[in-house]
Amino acid sequence: MSTGLLSGEARVEAAPRFPRKRKGISGRSIAILVFLSICAAFFCVPLYVIVTTSFKTMEQIREGAIFSLPSPITFEPWVNAWDHACSGIRCEGLKVGFWNSVAILFPSLVLSMTLSSVTGYALALWHVRWAGTFLFILFICAFVPFQIIMIPLIILSSGLKVYGTIWGIAIIHAVLSMPFLTLVFRNYYKGIPQEIMSAAMMDSGSFWRVFGEIILPMSGNIFIVVLILQVTSIWNDFLLGLTFGGLGTQPMSVVLANVVITTTGEAAYNENMAAALLTAIPPLVIYFILGKFFVQGITAGAIKG
Amino acid sequence: MPRVTFEDIIKSYGKLTVLKNLDLAIDDGEFLVLLGPSGCGKTTLLNLLAGLLDVTAGRITIGDRDVTDLDPKDRGLAMVFQSYALYPTKTVRGNLKFGLAAHKLPAAEIEQRIAWAARLLQIEPLLDRKPAQLSGGQRQRVAIGRALVKKVGVFLFDEPLSNLDAKLRTEMRLEIKKLHDELKSTIVYVTHDQIEAMTMATRIAVMDAGVIQQFGSPDEIYGRPANLFVAGFIGSPAMNLRPATLSVAGGKVAARAAGVDLDVSRYGFVSPPQDGQSVVVGLRPEHFGEPDAAVTDPAGNFSLPVQYSEKTGSDATAYLKFGDGLIATRVDPEQIGRFRQGDTVNISFPQGKLHVFDAQSGRRL
Repeated sequence: MSTGLLSGEARVEAAPRFPRKRKGISGRSIAILVFLSICAAFFCVPLYVIVTTSFKTMEQIREGAIFSLPSPITFEPWVNAWDHACSGIRCEGLKVGFWNSVAILFPSLVLSMTLSSVTGYALALWHVRWAGTFLFILFICAFVPFQIIMIPLIILSSGLKVYGTIWGIAIIHAVLSMPFLTLVFRNYYKGIPQEIMSAAMMDSGSFWRVFGEIILPMSGNIFIVVLILQVTSIWNDFLLGLTFGGLGTQPMSVVLANVVITTTGEAAYNENMAAALLTAIPPLVIYFILGKFFVQGITAGAIKG
Repeated sequence: MPRVTFEDIIKSYGKLTVLKNLDLAIDDGEFLVLLGPSGCGKTTLLNLLAGLLDVTAGRITIGDRDVTDLDPKDRGLAMVFQSYALYPTKTVRGNLKFGLAAHKLPAAEIEQRIAWAARLLQIEPLLDRKPAQLSGGQRQRVAIGRALVKKVGVFLFDEPLSNLDAKLRTEMRLEIKKLHDELKSTIVYVTHDQIEAMTMATRIAVMDAGVIQQFGSPDEIYGRPANLFVAGFIGSPAMNLRPATLSVAGGKVAARAAGVDLDVSRYGFVSPPQDGQSVVVGLRPEHFGEPDAAVTDPAGNFSLPVQYSEKTGSDATAYLKFGDGLIATRVDPEQIGRFRQGDTVNISFPQGKLHVFDAQSGRRL
């Protein structure tokens, strides 16, 4: 240990000659803590109420103490919400909506990510004629609110015979998210060093080969970012599912709304809370699994040399 | 076999013209170095040859093929980039393979070529690593390997050594030179480092402002610079360039610069010297004689005060006050002690090493 490698002995055990001053807790850091705690409570208190209520019996809820802990704890509201809750006259619970949502999610994910990554790649790394103009149009489109083009889209999709089907919703999702996602991919691919692209042009020069073998393997981070964005927005979408979903093809969010609205007799708050939580879980799970990569993906482009 | 020619090449971006009516012919097996300061158009010229940029006007041929409008991959070239540009997600083997697989070569041939290049460049143990796991020098070898496996007639190098440290740079310089001797292929090599150019090139094209200033062997470029730009650019420390006036009298020609007469009677003037002509004389720092020792047959003798001196280990340079400027002279480091600031030293410059340029046009006289 004490025999240094070349010269200069390592003095690991000696006490530091210039110890740094310990930083105490200042008034400023207390203020920051208090502020952050209030912010956290702002989001946590409603969540606490929802979670506890979903485990309470209706008798306890009627007592009116919304902050009390559930006693006894019951899982019945969760089972009911999943299996028996009534949406309109159908009492099959949320599970119908869940599977619809899953069926919508996968095709629209594949469609939107394929479309926009290839478009972004072409715009960023190939000399596309009018690329600037095209990018500008995309940019404008990204800011057009859906409500404006809703009716034309309905007419279009019914003309294409996809209105009211799972595929209809998936295609509309893909088309609507394309402008924004293309911009995201394009900006990411702009960060790839030009020389790598030049080397690929000299080696192969094939649009798809270069994309599949060189560019795609380098885009893991951005795909995870887009995946999280898309899963969240598609799963949480309500308006698209409502307007484009047929009777049997409504996504979970629409079914949830119906469950909450449909009341015979008293409102089953515990069931409604459980239903809301059930609907919110899938994006959360995705976020927890991929969250680490999400942060990496956002910063990866910024600090790459 | 490939002979590369550029004919009347123009490259402009909007109103900015980067290359102006450039002609250049590169012989088969030549090691051509494009040398010039940043922004002189040398990399642009290389990219035009590679097909990564399109010419605004002009024709490029390789062998007897007009490649002006061909895609990069169809030109029969391979290129090594400054940043190596290795594919980060592929192994070394994958990097070498990518260009070959794209040309639909049989698998056995691909394997054989990779083995050949790996042996030649001593990267066999690295074949299954990713570029991130390699050192700078190793990456450089892989980048060269990726070009070699294509077995093309013309290799392009875009400042390949500028990201390496000084020691590795010297090593790789020798290796590239050795590769060229072994493979006998044509190499076009871009650099701003004159030492690389002088050591490796069979011919150098010195470029500035989009124009080839001189095209010749390293000895020609150094020994007979065609104009003031080349004279000032080649050589380190740079050549001393001083304005002077010619006087022609009775068969004697002298250049008078800041009160010193330099005898240029035996200088090989291209056109006859005129009395009173404004010229620029060039004196290389390394051609000065030893201090306070006369050289035989000097062109001129100087007696100048020392301004300052610097040592680089193997070399030393003294800067002497001359007129209103400085002239640099290379000195044996053991003698540098004699050059104390303020001292006046006597040095002389030999005949036959002088360069004379026209003051207006900058051309060699």
